[in-house]
Amino acid sequence: MAGNNGGKRGLRVVGKPFVKVDAKAKCIGELKYADDLFLPRMLHTKLLRSTVPHARIISIDVSKAKAYPGVHAALTGADLPPITYGALPVSEDEYPLAIGKVRMVGDPVAAIAAVDEDVATEALDLIDVQYEPLPVVTSIQDAYSMPEPRIHEYGELGNIHRRQVYEFGSVEAGFAEADHVREDITFYEGSTHLALEQHASLAQFSHDGKLTLWTSTQDMHYLHRHLAKVLEMPASHIRVIATPNGGGFGGKCDPFNHEIVVCKLAMVTGRPVKICLTREEVFYCHRGRHPVLMSTKTGYKKDGSITAMHHRTILDGGAYGGHGVASTFYTGILQPTTYTLPNYRFEAVRVFTNKAPCGPKRGHGTPQPRWAQEIQMDKIADHLGLDPAEIRKQHAIAPNSITANWIRIGTLSLRQCIDKVVAGSGWKDKFRKLPHGKGIGIACSAYMTGTQTPIYYNKLPHSGVQLKLDRSGGVCVFCGSAEIGQGSDSILAYIVAEVLGIDPFDIRVVTGDTDLTPVDLGSYSSRVTLMTGNAAIEAAERVRHMLREAVSAKLEVPGERLSFADRRVFDSQNPDKGVSFVDAVCLAEEKYGTLGTTGSYKPPAAPGKYKGSTIGPSPAFSCTAAIAEVEVHPETGIVVVPRVWIAHDIGQAINPVLAVGQIEGCVYMGLGEALMEEMTYRGNRNLVHKFPSFLEYKSPTTLEMCDVITYLVEEPDANGPFGAKEVGQGPQLPVPPAIANAIYDAVGVRVDEIPLTPDKVLKAIRAKAKGQEGRYGPSVFPTCPMPPAMVVPTPFQGGDGKALEREPAVSKK
Amino acid sequence: MMADNGPDAMFVAGGTDLYPNMKRRQQTPKVVIGLTHVNELRTAKGQPKDGVVLGANVTLSEVTNDPRIRDAYPAVARAAELISTPLLRNMGSIGGNLLLDTRCNYYDQNYEWRKAIHFCMKKDGEICWVAPSSPRCWAVQSSDCAPVMVAIGARVKLVSTSGERMITAAELYNDDGIRHLNKRPDELLTEIHLPPVNGWRATYWKLRRRGSFDFPVLGVAVWLKLSKDGTVEDSKIILGGVGSHPIQAITAERMIAGKKLTEELIRDAAQAAYQPAKPLDNTDFAMTWRKEMARFYVAGTLRELAAQN
Repeated sequence: MAGNNGGKRGLRVVGKPFVKVDAKAKCIGELKYADDLFLPRMLHTKLLRSTVPHARIISIDVSKAKAYPGVHAALTGADLPPITYGALPVSEDEYPLAIGKVRMVGDPVAAIAAVDEDVATEALDLIDVQYEPLPVVTSIQDAYSMPEPRIHEYGELGNIHRRQVYEFGSVEAGFAEADHVREDITFYEGSTHLALEQHASLAQFSHDGKLTLWTSTQDMHYLHRHLAKVLEMPASHIRVIATPNGGGFGGKCDPFNHEIVVCKLAMVTGRPVKICLTREEVFYCHRGRHPVLMSTKTGYKKDGSITAMHHRTILDGGAYGGHGVASTFYTGILQPTTYTLPNYRFEAVRVFTNKAPCGPKRGHGTPQPRWAQEIQMDKIADHLGLDPAEIRKQHAIAPNSITANWIRIGTLSLRQCIDKVVAGSGWKDKFRKLPHGKGIGIACSAYMTGTQTPIYYNKLPHSGVQLKLDRSGGVCVFCGSAEIGQGSDSILAYIVAEVLGIDPFDIRVVTGDTDLTPVDLGSYSSRVTLMTGNAAIEAAERVRHMLREAVSAKLEVPGERLSFADRRVFDSQNPDKGVSFVDAVCLAEEKYGTLGTTGSYKPPAAPGKYKGSTIGPSPAFSCTAAIAEVEVHPETGIVVVPRVWIAHDIGQAINPVLAVGQIEGCVYMGLGEALMEEMTYRGNRNLVHKFPSFLEYKSPTTLEMCDVITYLVEEPDANGPFGAKEVGQGPQLPVPPAIANAIYDAVGVRVDEIPLTPDKVLKAIRAKAKGQEGRYGPSVFPTCPMPPAMVVPTPFQGGDGKALEREPAVSKK
Repeated sequence: MMADNGPDAMFVAGGTDLYPNMKRRQQTPKVVIGLTHVNELRTAKGQPKDGVVLGANVTLSEVTNDPRIRDAYPAVARAAELISTPLLRNMGSIGGNLLLDTRCNYYDQNYEWRKAIHFCMKKDGEICWVAPSSPRCWAVQSSDCAPVMVAIGARVKLVSTSGERMITAAELYNDDGIRHLNKRPDELLTEIHLPPVNGWRATYWKLRRRGSFDFPVLGVAVWLKLSKDGTVEDSKIILGGVGSHPIQAITAERMIAGKKLTEELIRDAAQAAYQPAKPLDNTDFAMTWRKEMARFYVAGTLRELAAQN
């Protein structure tokens, strides 16, 4: 383990609730978000967006808009190089402004730069666009039945974007071994991130030909590459500055059309150009939770052990690829990481529809399959007459194991997590014992701490940290990470302070600037604390070594006897003998010249060697157990969640208050998705988003938020900085299924479809009262032609991580 | 000023309804005439035994906190308190709430969105998208105070340069999403006259997704006059949020007249009351469920009032 040689003793900063480095600036409104930036002579941009869901563009006439007083430039797709971009190299399918066709209501068609937003808005009305409407693909069913017209030409089959079929071991053999086999069809509705800050960007083009973009982005590094590509400029002439984000949740990971457009407008006009999206436009950017229809067929024995799972998913991807191919993997690839699963077959399909594109939202692709798996576990326990907490505990995956699909698990304290919430909630006195209308339910999950593979293929570090120290005693940390509110800036200060024995507030943190900071891949996949933390430890240990050598020479004390604490460097055997930290830095500067060190991090290689095995592996896995208590009104179907108990194995909390904050945020978001959030469209009304507004897109207010009782389980992982694992995403995953399972405990009905709205609950209650199945949810799982499976022998079968040669005979349906 | 500018002008009090609508280009006055500093509209006068007169520009927070209203007109205080959020109640006025524009998920959208559905008949278009074969607009009456004022028999004063008139709250509303107010644009709502408190009782229940922010998708206001032995002497059962105007459940009112509110009668009355509710798919929640809830809510309000002895 990096950082402290595996022990928790002697930590002075790590594990303590230090204030966030940006807390005060945030509280008093001093922090500058992208929309707070103003530059002299700055212009403002508005985008003309498509009012049709699918159409060929016959003509765009911007001449009147261009002539409108106050307008400085009008752009269309023709004014930019016809180069596509997109989050993943396999699906670069977006233009900054539409070329040839539009694929959804909200697709940007033209852009105006004007003296202010009002003038730009007025000029939009003067743009004349002629469309030739095309048939509209509104749903998964449409995409299956309408191969033409294709939304994109590059999809695998008509409007089917992508298909993935894997078999690890043999599900047939696993089902044959089982005492029972059950199949459940479930649905998880799409939802959006709802970050408070709307996306904003400001671009400036200097007369020496260099471009600067300030923007609310989580993934500055990838954006930097896309800008270079689309603007046909050397990346070294482009500087991207990630401004502090007022929330991300995955919604600011993709490179966005408006970011490219303001750059181009700055180049065309020679003036700084800003855009701040409206809330409606943020709904069109979306990249949120995919709606996923799932079929989960599972074989199990009388003791609840699982012999095989055949899990199928269909994702409604919306109009673009984005991160969708990765999302598709994630709707299945982490299924084997919570409970022992010897045989696993996973089939996934992503389709294109004429809706806002889906992508990564907190938990990226995994809340949906966890929902399917965890409500099914509850049904299995119910069927076998076993306690659902016990069955989970018994079959929880063992730490330090390799899953059927070759994912290496390090520490994983799922059993302890279950014990914590079972004891804390009084589970044993409540489960199946509460009065009608009250219920309690449990669910679990495991989640990655960063992905093992970067988005584009390379062998370079995933994270870099640079330290600068000088005779003032000042320590400056430089890192390319993006602060999205999760505290990534603070983590750097805490970790460097811990290693150097100083206070976090002695440290200045500079992040998110491609000119100033070394590359970090960005704030996604719960990677930041682990990767920047490890890089920071390496850089800090390197400079500590230099300080130690210099002080050792001065004090004539052997270097290994020197301690760093309380802003001093001193002889651990004679603490009075020492120098201040400032003097230590001066001594080192005298000895070595100008001081600076770097550190970097790259995840360890994963054991899987089959194509696709790079998605899923992670340096460390967190795990979570959650118990929800619900009150269901039997006459209205209204569900209230008063309380959630949640235990999360975080390895080591770098800051326990921030960690608990992340967990509470996860519970909030899980609660919203469980009870009310819906990214839905009017299929028969030009496929418009039903309610792209903060008022009518319902998410919980503080009044709906439940009490959260959080337990941090700390089982340090050798790969994490000071043993730390993720906490930003994993704790969300068990929340929706725990609530659904609690509803069953309360009123004896299953709602197999998110969100659990009162009309659905009431329908299930009424059906049950009539003697029918007390269930609401999908019952049909459509099929499409699938390619043959990639068959990979499991570690339990003595496999080597490689796939078998393809056999056409294993093709299914 | 209103006379000078004609139909291009609108009055504005708190602005919590008009300004968002202007931003989305749903309402496009060229001139807005602010009423904030008309002090005469900011006062509440009188005592409950003779009836309280609320100036139209009294804020919703003031209505909620006025001890006269809290004690003698709890249904009014409750309806006002359930509106939106504390911040908006500090700005929004009681008069503005009574004149709230009707709402619809096809109408309360920004300009580009409405353009994508070729607009609707309430603004810039020709069709009602929630009921395309209908000749009328089905936007929803969404004021919490309106059904209460209708139920308790409040009256409102409308003033213009051509004079003033008093009408009942029920007369203020039309069953039409566009012409939902029986008020000329040049008329200013100045006063709301609450009736004398002389033994009647009333309550208001609101259905919405969340405990704050949301407009009602159903509001049930019930006013009852009971004799000493609990016999219903007179009643009003008014449903809000399920049509373009506050809907009176006349059948249910007749059903309970002259009878005692037994549990069985309450259930029958609720069954009768939910029939005239006409929720359509233009607000939050599934419309069939909203209609169902009318029955549950009417029963709940009647039970609450029957138990107040």
